[in-house]
Amino acid sequence: MALTTWALRKSLWVYHVNTGACNNCDIEVLELLTPRYDIERFGMVLVGSPRHADVLAVTGVCTRQAMPRLQEVYLQTPKPCVVLAIGSCSLEQGIFTEAYHMGPKVDETIRAVDPGAIILYVPGCPPKPEAMIDAAVKAMEFLKTL
Amino acid sequence: MSGQAMWAILTFLAAGIGTMLLGLALRWVDRKVTALVQWRVGPPWYQPLADVLKLMGKETLMPSTARGTGFLLAPIIALSATAVTAAILWRTLLVPQEGFLGDLIVVIYLLMVPALMTVLGASASGNPHASIGAGREVKLLLSYEAPLLLAFLVPIARSGWTLDLGRIVTAQAASPVVFSVSGVLAVVVAVVCMQAKLGQVPFDLAEAECEIMSGVYVEYSGPSLACWLMARMMLLALLPLLLILMFWGGLHTGAWWGVPAFLGKYVLFVALVTLIRNTNPRLRIDQTMRLFWFVLVPAAAVAVVLSMTGISRGIPWL
Ligand code: SF4
Repeated sequence: MALTTWALRKSLWVYHVNTGACNNCDIEVLELLTPRYDIERFGMVLVGSPRHADVLAVTGVCTRQAMPRLQEVYLQTPKPCVVLAIGSCSLEQGIFTEAYHMGPKVDETIRAVDPGAIILYVPGCPPKPEAMIDAAVKAMEFLKTL
Repeated sequence: MSGQAMWAILTFLAAGIGTMLLGLALRWVDRKVTALVQWRVGPPWYQPLADVLKLMGKETLMPSTARGTGFLLAPIIALSATAVTAAILWRTLLVPQEGFLGDLIVVIYLLMVPALMTVLGASASGNPHASIGAGREVKLLLSYEAPLLLAFLVPIARSGWTLDLGRIVTAQAASPVVFSVSGVLAVVVAVVCMQAKLGQVPFDLAEAECEIMSGVYVEYSGPSLACWLMARMMLLALLPLLLILMFWGGLHTGAWWGVPAFLGKYVLFVALVTLIRNTNPRLRIDQTMRLFWFVLVPAAAVAVVLSMTGISRGIPWL
């Protein structure tokens, strides 16, 4: 299985889930594709379907509306897969934490359907693209231990 | 087992695996060149291999709306049809004397199988995006098959109406089809059709990833998606080869320049695919059908008429 683990680390396909972000984190995620950061160097590409994905890049606060959808998308992703919780919103719900429309936090939502989920946190409002690349590298390191 | 059957199986395996590796390499070149055009660094050389290996190690998810057998069989049939095409084409290239009557027909049918299987697998997956993609794939198939077959009529006519790929290749030993007016016209038509058959950018509307989320493949995951990727990469390696065999006379094994000339032609056709892909936006389905039916079909028909006039009047350059 060492070969497939190597391949998984070298070819992480990302599906981007917005669970109620202010769009700033999403813009920073798209930055990763630009010539300046070029995430394809690491074999990462954005894909259009969670069934193709290895990484779920989750941005936003996880509203009550978004919560069941996020769980559904997580279950639709073939395992092994990694969840990147991007931005202060998806970590601790940031400034929206006491608003009326909040669901549980992103990690609690995902742990409710899969207690063993691999979740990495990228703090920042919004986090810099460098921070996201760092998170991706840490995910690759973590996948070595699978 | 008789020696001949053994030999056939060996040819099949060697051609299948060889085409697979060539396809992986070409896919990397395609992605790297695209990255360089966009001022990016691009993926490392083992990227397509890593993609396929990774998908092999992931789980296969079956949507609850899917019809299991059709959904899972479609990519396997598409991959095997491509591998058989590979065996026939490489054999024709290396030993053109030993074809069988009508192998061109077999190749044309086999090359249609991946597209038909895409439609089958997409409809079996029960996803609305996939069904839109399947509808577009059918329309695309209806658009590009007619001009492609008309373009193929030009080399068939010039080699004395034979359907034997080997005879078409050997008939071009003296003067390839592409060195004539009708030949040039037919090659241009065939290159555009090749782009559509590969599902590359101006004609990638069946899997448009930003509007219908990779359409026909949206529900595929793990090994079955890997089968689709491999079938696509093998087609990327095979269609330039088919065009060279039909229009540019294959490998001249006798002369010293045979192999380098063949490599040059091959690189030229592959570069054309990447070039067209990088310089064009995606066409809508109505624009695509209009292009194929009202521009390329008449162009291919003119090419056929020109070549037949040339043959009957004895004008070699027509
Ligand atoms: S973390 Fe900041 S930038 Fe990102 S979605 Fe929340 S408020 Fe917007």
